[in-house]
Amino acid sequence: MLYITGMTAEEKRAWITMVVTVGGYAAYLAIVLGRAGDTPLPEVPYAGTLLWVVGAAIVAAIVLHILVSIASPRSDGRKDQRDKEIHRFGDYIGQSFVVLGGVAALAMSLAELDHFWIANVIYLGFVLSAILSSVAKIVAYRWGFQPS
Amino acid sequence: MRPTRVTNSIRVLRFAHNEMTQAELADRIGVTRQTVIAIERGRYSPSLEMAFQIARVFGVPLDEVFQYNDSEGETP
Repeated sequence: MLYITGMTAEEKRAWITMVVTVGGYAAYLAIVLGRAGDTPLPEVPYAGTLLWVVGAAIVAAIVLHILVSIASPRSDGRKDQRDKEIHRFGDYIGQSFVVLGGVAALAMSLAELDHFWIANVIYLGFVLSAILSSVAKIVAYRWGFQPS
Repeated sequence: MRPTRVTNSIRVLRFAHNEMTQAELADRIGVTRQTVIAIERGRYSPSLEMAFQIARVFGVPLDEVFQYNDSEGETP
């Protein structure tokens, strides 16, 4: 599918990042919430799962990038000025959630909340940042981008 | 995205130059074919330098390739 629709390599990267991020977070939630049962959430083991899911998502993204690069024509791998501008635009948009996650984690630390909530709000911030950044890039590629 | 008021004649110029393909134009100015498509459709405004490169490929002045639509009478 990624080959047929004639996307640039950078647009494919944005799709891969979004799919891997959403898939990874869904898997993490399913595992942690599945373990919870009647146990209060802060007492559910989560750290190992979080690290494994983040690690697996990074590896999956790298493998998918390689596979898509192999399946694409060589000329589509080029990165030009528009790609760089859209990349910067997407990262700028997504950055807001990293800041929000950091501020939320700071507030939760000051309130001496459980580590579970602090770690998870930071992870959620990264996830939302990656999703928003990817969506902004895809929208820019599909519906237009006018640098200002 | 706000729409651009810059229009262009790239499609017409390509056909006037031995039906140059989008891929060929992309190679000549060092961008992806998707970027040429986006510029042609008004979905991306190229930099001034890229605009000059496109005009040079067709051997015409810049304002024969790109036009600024001022039909609403607004001051640019």
